[in-house]
Amino acid sequence: MSNVNFQLHCDSYGRLVLTSENGERHEGVTPVRAFPIAAPDEGLSLVNYEGHEVGWVDHIADLPPAIGRLIEEELASREFVPEIEQITEVSSFACPSTWQLLTNRGKTELVLKGEEDIRRLSQTRLLIADSHGIQFLVRDLTQLDRQSRKLLDRFL
Amino acid sequence: MTPNAQNTAGNEPVLPGHWAAAIESQLLAGEKIQCWLEIDLDTRLQFASGLIAVTDQRLLARAPSEPTWSAWPLRAGLALNHHDNAGVGTLELLDEAGRLAAWRYTLSHNLAALRVISEFELHQAAIVSGQAVQRPDEEVCPKCKAPLEPGVEECPICSREATVSPSTWTLFRLWRFARPYRWQLLTGFLLTLASTAAQLVPPYLTMPLMDEVLIPFQNGKPIDWPLVGMYLGGLFGAAALAWGLGWIRTYILSLVSERMGRDLRTTTYEHLLGLSLEYFGGKRTGDLMARIGNETDRINIFLSLDLLNFATDVLMITMTAVILFSINPWLALVTLLPLPIIGWLIHFVREKLRTGFEKIDRVWAEVTNVLADTIPGIRVVKAFAQEKREGERFRAANEHNLQMNDKLNKTWSLFTPTVTLLTEVGLLVVWVFGIWQISKGDSTVGVLTAFLAYIGRFYTRLDSMSRIVSATQRAASSTKRIFDILDHVSSVPEPSRPVHLSKVTGRLELKKASFRYGTRAVTRDVDLVIEPGEMIGLVGHSGSGKSTLVNLICRFYDVTEGQVLIDGVDVRSVPVAEFRQHIGLVLQEPFLFFGTIADNIAYGKPNATRQEIIAAARAAHAHEFILRLPHGYDSLVGERGQGLSGGERQRISIARALLIDPRILILDEATSAVDTETEKEIQKALDNLVKGRTTIAIAHRLSTLRKADRLVVMDRGRIVEIGNHDELMATEGHYFKLYTAQARNVDTEPLLPRAPEQPKTHAE
Repeated sequence: MSNVNFQLHCDSYGRLVLTSENGERHEGVTPVRAFPIAAPDEGLSLVNYEGHEVGWVDHIADLPPAIGRLIEEELASREFVPEIEQITEVSSFACPSTWQLLTNRGKTELVLKGEEDIRRLSQTRLLIADSHGIQFLVRDLTQLDRQSRKLLDRFL
Repeated sequence: MTPNAQNTAGNEPVLPGHWAAAIESQLLAGEKIQCWLEIDLDTRLQFASGLIAVTDQRLLARAPSEPTWSAWPLRAGLALNHHDNAGVGTLELLDEAGRLAAWRYTLSHNLAALRVISEFELHQAAIVSGQAVQRPDEEVCPKCKAPLEPGVEECPICSREATVSPSTWTLFRLWRFARPYRWQLLTGFLLTLASTAAQLVPPYLTMPLMDEVLIPFQNGKPIDWPLVGMYLGGLFGAAALAWGLGWIRTYILSLVSERMGRDLRTTTYEHLLGLSLEYFGGKRTGDLMARIGNETDRINIFLSLDLLNFATDVLMITMTAVILFSINPWLALVTLLPLPIIGWLIHFVREKLRTGFEKIDRVWAEVTNVLADTIPGIRVVKAFAQEKREGERFRAANEHNLQMNDKLNKTWSLFTPTVTLLTEVGLLVVWVFGIWQISKGDSTVGVLTAFLAYIGRFYTRLDSMSRIVSATQRAASSTKRIFDILDHVSSVPEPSRPVHLSKVTGRLELKKASFRYGTRAVTRDVDLVIEPGEMIGLVGHSGSGKSTLVNLICRFYDVTEGQVLIDGVDVRSVPVAEFRQHIGLVLQEPFLFFGTIADNIAYGKPNATRQEIIAAARAAHAHEFILRLPHGYDSLVGERGQGLSGGERQRISIARALLIDPRILILDEATSAVDTETEKEIQKALDNLVKGRTTIAIAHRLSTLRKADRLVVMDRGRIVEIGNHDELMATEGHYFKLYTAQARNVDTEPLLPRAPEQPKTHAE
């Protein structure tokens, strides 16, 4: 199924170039998910250098495979929301606190500046911003192991 | 460390050991590492470690999880760029034909990345020109461009992010507030001690009363009335003494308690006022109000009552124990047996209760937050008929609060009865052991009675000691939340070595000023010089960074990178209050405080004379409408200035800015909230205000900026065009687009047929 009315390729500078139906060329297009957390696979916008939307995709799955792959690659190198899988250690229960983490992107640490940086997205989902502005996601609070949950609980 | 790890940049920590060894073999003869960056992400953004190093000849890189090094000799045409998005920085190496490589890192390494770029450019320039490295005379911080003193490792302005956690012994930090009252507290403590001792007398007197009066009477001896009188007198005397001492003690301590509460609240509030707008942006009003209100109250009750009670309890127990041992060591030993068990129980429950209370506090803040969110927005709630949903939200928060309390009460309710049970068991043990001792003739009935009397008090004390557990935990969590505020260093700090501006001309300069809000770069590399007395119009779409630029100039925020200078002095080295004296601000939504109109006009200069106030009001074209009000300048205006129209409020705020006679004037959409008629009046008032001052005006309606000497057009955080109206129209760029778009809107028909926006491909 191809409801896409544009062409996309990657130039030698590693930028995405979009050619629209009427032949306009947009260099340095960035794919942006409309609902990166609630519905990552629905609604994807292609935004040009000036910040104007030049393309819209309802479902990423509907894209032709070649374009889909390009977009997925670009997204993979842009989107950075490590998912917390385990909290190994926290330096203190008072903020600022340094946490040792195991994420889906490997081992790392985060510095929590204040409890208000933990945002509750839903009953079980949390978004934690560290002192450098990196967002860490806890996809499902109930799926964490006991120890991590216990540590996290002290901050909620 | 290897000699190679030494670098000439001078302010760099040494290369970590394993990298130093790995890079050693890569270096050519005589090649020296100048600067390096440890990257922590790979291209798929997985955490992994890699290294980028700039030497005097090449750029060396080992991408994460790759075994080999790549090297690019420095030459003309190479460019090292960086940009960032959502907390991830990207460093790209480009040449004429395309991208050679790209590396990713988290923003915690941003500083090192900036250093790498500046070293790269220095050495590249040196190689291309064939001359020695041209290092700037003074070392500057690569992030904010502020000059660094020689030998200083890190820029003092940039490295103030604290990651050190406060210690768990938060409560001891409260000493700062108790210290001024230490003598009163000591008196209170001594009085407590004395009244406790007085309370210990009566049980002691029951002993001879039993053994010397009642038991002999049962055995046929007549009662010795004078002796009885003496003992009973002693009992009454002790009770009366304990009453009197207790009274004075409570009075002194409650005085101290209230004073400490006052100090704590004012200190916290004053500190809060000193914090930057950034802090207030991230906090919710309800939460802050709860902290200053309830939590300080809880702390001062803890300090003045609970803590002293606890100390008295400990003393009471020690004193009782000593008395008991002096009377009958074996019986005393048995009596004290349950003590360790209770101690353990207290410790066990402590952990559970502490987390529980912290949670309850947070949930409680959530409940107040719902109120604080909804009540100010009540018009929206009603307009969209969402009362039910808001009610539901409050109900949910309440429900959450209830659940938390229920959970905690499970532990808590078990606690007190358990202590009581242990008391009873303890009494039973004393009874059993006492009867056995009496039967053997080792003890007397009087001793047993005294023990039972003591032990009653003794266990009551343990019970109240167990209450200290919750009190301490509550106070500790309150203290933590208060110190969260007190520990927060303003992100707009007072300079350590302030520079005083004697006379301000109003020359403003922005040097590579960038500001980042979270991970979003709001303004980028803004370079602008504003001459004294010049009027600058800031133009751009909403969200293009105009207001942020103004906030940076006012120092509501500090730049994340770059510098803002006033008369050539970095604004960060001028005391904040002194700096703001020179700035007059007129906002889109003028805020009027509750008070009279005169008070509101004189807000920035409370000691202004009536003549000054009237002169300012006249200049602001506010005088006449103020006189039309029933009480003239003494008319009361409310929070948002109810009863005054938007234009009237705006003119009051213009008068407010006029009164402080600032060198620099900032008009942030000052006329956009009013109709065109009113705008004209305000414009007249503004013309008076602008005269002879450096003015920065933001306006959506470009027509209001006609008088500006220069227009600065901003787009997505950058300055894209600078010039006056005619020049900018002639270039047909961003300003032209904005202007024609507005002109079209006003006339509802296309003014210029060639206006359709030609989407341009922008290659930067």
